Amino acid sequence: MITRTSWSRRSFNLVNYAILILLSALCFLPIVHVLALSLSSKIQVTAGNVLFWPREFTWASYEYVASQGQFFRSMGITLQRVVLGTVINLALTLLCAYPLSKERGDFRLRSVYVWYFVITILFGGGLIPWYLTIKNLDLLNSIWALVLPGAVPVFNIILLLNFFRRLPKEMNESARIDGAGDWRILLSIYIPLSTPALATITLFTVVGHWNSWFDGLLLMNSPDRYPLSSYLQTVITMPDLSKFTDPEMARVYNLISDRTTRAAQVFVGMLPILLVYPFLQRYFIHGIVLGSVKE
Amino acid sequence: MFKQKWRQERSNHIMLLPGVVFLFLFSYVPMFGIIISFQKYYPTKGFLDSEWVGLENFQYIFDLPDFSRVLWNTVFIATMKIILHLIVPIVTALLLNEIRSALFKRSVQTLIYLPYFLSWVILAGILMDILSLKGIVNQMIEALGMQSVFFLGDNNWFPWTLIISDTWKQFGFDTIIYLAALTGINPTLYEAAVIDGANRWKQTLHITLPGMAPIIVLMMTLSLGNVLNAGFDQVFNLYSAPVLESGDILDTMIYRIGLQDYQFSVSAALGLFKSLVSFVLVSVSYGLAYRFANYRIF
Repeated sequence: MITRTSWSRRSFNLVNYAILILLSALCFLPIVHVLALSLSSKIQVTAGNVLFWPREFTWASYEYVASQGQFFRSMGITLQRVVLGTVINLALTLLCAYPLSKERGDFRLRSVYVWYFVITILFGGGLIPWYLTIKNLDLLNSIWALVLPGAVPVFNIILLLNFFRRLPKEMNESARIDGAGDWRILLSIYIPLSTPALATITLFTVVGHWNSWFDGLLLMNSPDRYPLSSYLQTVITMPDLSKFTDPEMARVYNLISDRTTRAAQVFVGMLPILLVYPFLQRYFIHGIVLGSVKE
Repeated sequence: MFKQKWRQERSNHIMLLPGVVFLFLFSYVPMFGIIISFQKYYPTKGFLDSEWVGLENFQYIFDLPDFSRVLWNTVFIATMKIILHLIVPIVTALLLNEIRSALFKRSVQTLIYLPYFLSWVILAGILMDILSLKGIVNQMIEALGMQSVFFLGDNNWFPWTLIISDTWKQFGFDTIIYLAALTGINPTLYEAAVIDGANRWKQTLHITLPGMAPIIVLMMTLSLGNVLNAGFDQVFNLYSAPVLESGDILDTMIYRIGLQDYQFSVSAALGLFKSLVSFVLVSVSYGLAYRFANYRIF
């Protein structure tokens, strides 16, 4: 293909590059700025001298964050919920997606089950009935309150069942002739063949559990049971250094302010996501296309 | 015959059982819990012994002076978000499509969908700092010789702060969806257009956009279901008393009435109002998506 680069084409390209660089900067620079704030001293931050590079470099804000016992307790609870929640979500996604991906001829009640699942997307009881249900099940204040109410991720099930439906049917049939049952087919054929889809779903589930904050805030009665995101929610939206009276930390106290500590908390909260991000983005274009574009 | 078929299908039912049980407990039981919106519910009395009051709670809500304003805020913020969530990603995808360098393209994509993965707690922490009066954004505004703006505390600015920052979080993700649709366009169409003398703009207008049309229609119809979803996570983390007037939405009102004032029944009634309207909207949107974009959820 021969293309003539006209003057107007060149100027369009220039503007186009500029716009896209600007958009990227808008998404990326705020994070760099916050990181720089968290590593700078109170004086430089207050004076407005910190842009994208720390001034009067100090770890003091992070020392403060780590000096809070609750930080590590919450981290532990979050790790628990991420592991438990991801395992349960994934198991249920597989167990539901497989039968629902069958044709009506192979599973007569399929459409009844499909409606049972779809109705939960269309209609919900709302916040208060949901809260009262969990309360009446006596789950408040327990780790299960963070894991079980969202145990069935209906959208992920839809994603995976659409993936399953595109696997060649012949494999399924020949496995059946060889005497394999449904469990065998799911374990030995479907799961190995759908690793890219499963990787996408796993990463999304992990990120979802890590980020989830409202359920912890609502369902844990005492702040020492908060998962990390809920704990960060309380300290980020209501920073309060007055509780910080440990005399041994006076050196740190002179270097930090609400702004620097908040910046540090924000950065700690996003660090794991930045770490899994390369993996996320490798799989997830595939994952989105999987869910949104169907034949 | 029937027995044999049942044995063949038995494992399907067993596999579905745990999912069915959990959905029953955490989706269907709360639906029955809606009855408290027709009661004067006291936790000590429970669902069965609380006094029935008919539609009194709904009457109470619709008479609240705040109600119409909150409903307006919700619809306004959500609608503006829907519009920007369509335009910005489509334009970004079209711009990215004009880029030759694969490396540059991939780098831009990587950077713009980063905010999508961060929670509103984290993003609110960032916005509260950079949009504060001493924050970096106001530093720049002042450097340009303009008056500083209190984005999070001024009722004129707050709704737009919500709308634009939500677009900021979301647009990278949606851009990928449109880009995926672009890769499906047959390249011979472009070659034919070049031979016919079409320039890049004409190609965009007559090949690229029509090629994206199905996915655009799909995204438009599906977003209709969000007209009452103005974004609880975002508003909850960013709003404060001075901007209640412009930033309070149905979901935050439901939360405050229910879990700060402990008026369970009133809150549940407001929740039911929202659920019912949303149910109609989502059903219509799925219907339209099926009709115009041949989309089926299952």
